[in-house]
Amino acid sequence: MFVKKRVAVVGAGLTLFRRNLKQTGRELAYEATKMALDSAGLTLKDIDCVTLGTAPDAFDGIHMKGENLLDGAGAWRKPYSRVYVGGGTGVFAANSGWWHVASGLFDTCLVVAEEKMSSCFPHPQYAFTTIFDPIMSRPLGMNLVWIFALEMHRYMHVHGIKKEQIALVSVKNKGNAMDHPCAQLPAKITVEDVLNSEVLVWPVQRLDISPTSDGAAALVLASEDVAKKITDDPVWIDGVGWCIDSTYWTNRDLYFPKYVECAARMAYKMAGIKNPPKEIDVAEPYDPFDYKELHHMEGLLLCKKGEAPKLTEEGVTQRDGDLPINPSGGLLGVGNPIAAAGLMKVCEIFWQLRGEAGKRQVPGDPRTGVAQAWGDLMQYGSVIVMRS
Amino acid sequence: MSLEKIGDPREIRHWMGHMECDYSYTYGVAGEKFFKEIKENARIMGTRCKNCGFVYVPPRLFCERCFERLTEWVKVGKRGKVHTYTIAYINVDGSKLKKPIIWAMVKIDNVHGGFVHKLGEIDPKDVEIGMRVEAVFKEKKERVGSMLDIKYFKPVK
Amino acid sequence: MSVKIKKYAGERIKTDDLRKGRIPVERWKPKIRYAWSTGTAMSRFLKELKNGRIIGRKCHKCGRIVVPPRMFCELCFRPTDEWVYVKDTGIINTYSISYLATDATRLKEPILVAIIELDGASKGMGIFHHLGEVKKEDVKFDMKVKAVWKPPEERTGAITDIKYFKPVEV
Repeated sequence: MFVKKRVAVVGAGLTLFRRNLKQTGRELAYEATKMALDSAGLTLKDIDCVTLGTAPDAFDGIHMKGENLLDGAGAWRKPYSRVYVGGGTGVFAANSGWWHVASGLFDTCLVVAEEKMSSCFPHPQYAFTTIFDPIMSRPLGMNLVWIFALEMHRYMHVHGIKKEQIALVSVKNKGNAMDHPCAQLPAKITVEDVLNSEVLVWPVQRLDISPTSDGAAALVLASEDVAKKITDDPVWIDGVGWCIDSTYWTNRDLYFPKYVECAARMAYKMAGIKNPPKEIDVAEPYDPFDYKELHHMEGLLLCKKGEAPKLTEEGVTQRDGDLPINPSGGLLGVGNPIAAAGLMKVCEIFWQLRGEAGKRQVPGDPRTGVAQAWGDLMQYGSVIVMRS
Repeated sequence: MSLEKIGDPREIRHWMGHMECDYSYTYGVAGEKFFKEIKENARIMGTRCKNCGFVYVPPRLFCERCFERLTEWVKVGKRGKVHTYTIAYINVDGSKLKKPIIWAMVKIDNVHGGFVHKLGEIDPKDVEIGMRVEAVFKEKKERVGSMLDIKYFKPVK
Repeated sequence: MSVKIKKYAGERIKTDDLRKGRIPVERWKPKIRYAWSTGTAMSRFLKELKNGRIIGRKCHKCGRIVVPPRMFCELCFRPTDEWVYVKDTGIINTYSISYLATDATRLKEPILVAIIELDGASKGMGIFHHLGEVKKEDVKFDMKVKAVWKPPEERTGAITDIKYFKPVEV
């Protein structure tokens, strides 16, 4: 396929992820964007365009949230677009930044993601009700955790997976998050802690879920010639992929995320990856629930269907394992401000491939990394492949 | 797609529903200080960008032009000019207002920016673009730290 | 980062302070009302629910019988061809036991929710609904269930005209 310009990530920024932050959405976007610009040694004048990702307006309670945030995203009087695909937004925002630069239209692009879920009373969960079909689903009182519990239960049933195996993911990720400076819920827990935690919607328990959060993240992208002037250590975006499945989610078999596989194949083809488990050194699949890490590992073709729990049990997915998964601590440990969470994963791969992840650094000089996000009504997958 | 002819219009259904919203918006780092000054001192403040020379009202944490963090707070006074205005005869929900309301965009003196607010103590037919106005605040005990702590802008000579 | 950066932005506030007004905030609580047009397919679906029946549509190209019905097949991207009644029985594709209400408040007695693959529709064609008259320990995957309807005079043409699905003796 023809790509006009190769695209690199040259800077990244992140705010703290917390349950409630005082900053307005705009101020959060500013903090992350400024940090990303400073890390690349650039000013706003050097930026040609901005793409921002943010999820349902219903969280922040401001319709046309993209417009509300643009000043904080550095988009004043610049070409600007907002992308939104539910939870898939974070990685898709990076994908959208990619095509801004790869097309040859712009040399530099700011990618920003923000979410402020704390504005919604009594609980951000309630804002989710507006996503569901008003005729088929809302009258039955549908709740977001119910639908994920249905998917988790189906996955467990088809492959005969036990809760103990899934709980290992929560233990690993919350433990990994102890080394992340922005993490909301880092903790040293055990499988017993997970199994004894409050049952919310069986089989989902309290320690299986990531929290709701406020936070923002940002990246600076540059085309090849410009990137080489900014830094000696650009991280190349070699593959992007995205795919969406039917909104009639009750008509699908939920045990396998086919749409993640489609997005992954698209990204791997672009990046020339033929054997994902061998060629990928570190991966950050989307983990709003612990079972999702396993579900997405299979969707990303990092292992066979049903095999992900076994790899976790064997320690393959630990930071020092053969295929480190979510060395950042993931959403379970760091937090889940929907769009910013996905972009946080891309930031993590950026820092990992540069050797700048500090205590979280995966050993062995990783060269190829994958980040993935998942969204909407269990229907969307966005994937990005990066190389140093 | 073949169009289904429906003889009885009552066959076309609507599903009635509503979206309940309950939001709590933090003022943010800049906003909190701005409203605190309004509540306690009936004073309007702005932030100044050293690079661009602009003073922003309402004040903000950062300059949208050069992206610098703004740390310099300045008092800007309560006077300004009517930049543009409109006279509303209907409410937000389309019902008629008992008395028309004059909404104006007031540019505060010597700053970049201003407010949309009501004009008071003036007849709609006497409003002119460019006329000078001044903010009228509520009594201190009534002020809560909100835009409504300013009752309206009134004309000044 | 990460290693070069010492301080990350973000001033934390407590949920309790936020909810109880100890932090200055602007509150907004409108009720936004909607009249959603149900369209051709769903209008018929809701009318049939009032009659105590579940209806789907069939696509002659892929052969699927789809519920909820739709006037176009999203796989073949062509109009669907005929109305087909499906049964109000089915099997449980997946289920959950919820101690969370819609607004995330806690429930003492759990709600049982499931996806039920309806008999007469294509394989895997499920709808979401509640389960009733069954203990949470007794629910199983692939269990046969049947709809329990509201009495005809209480039905309004809504998905809630079915109260819940209950297990049937095999």
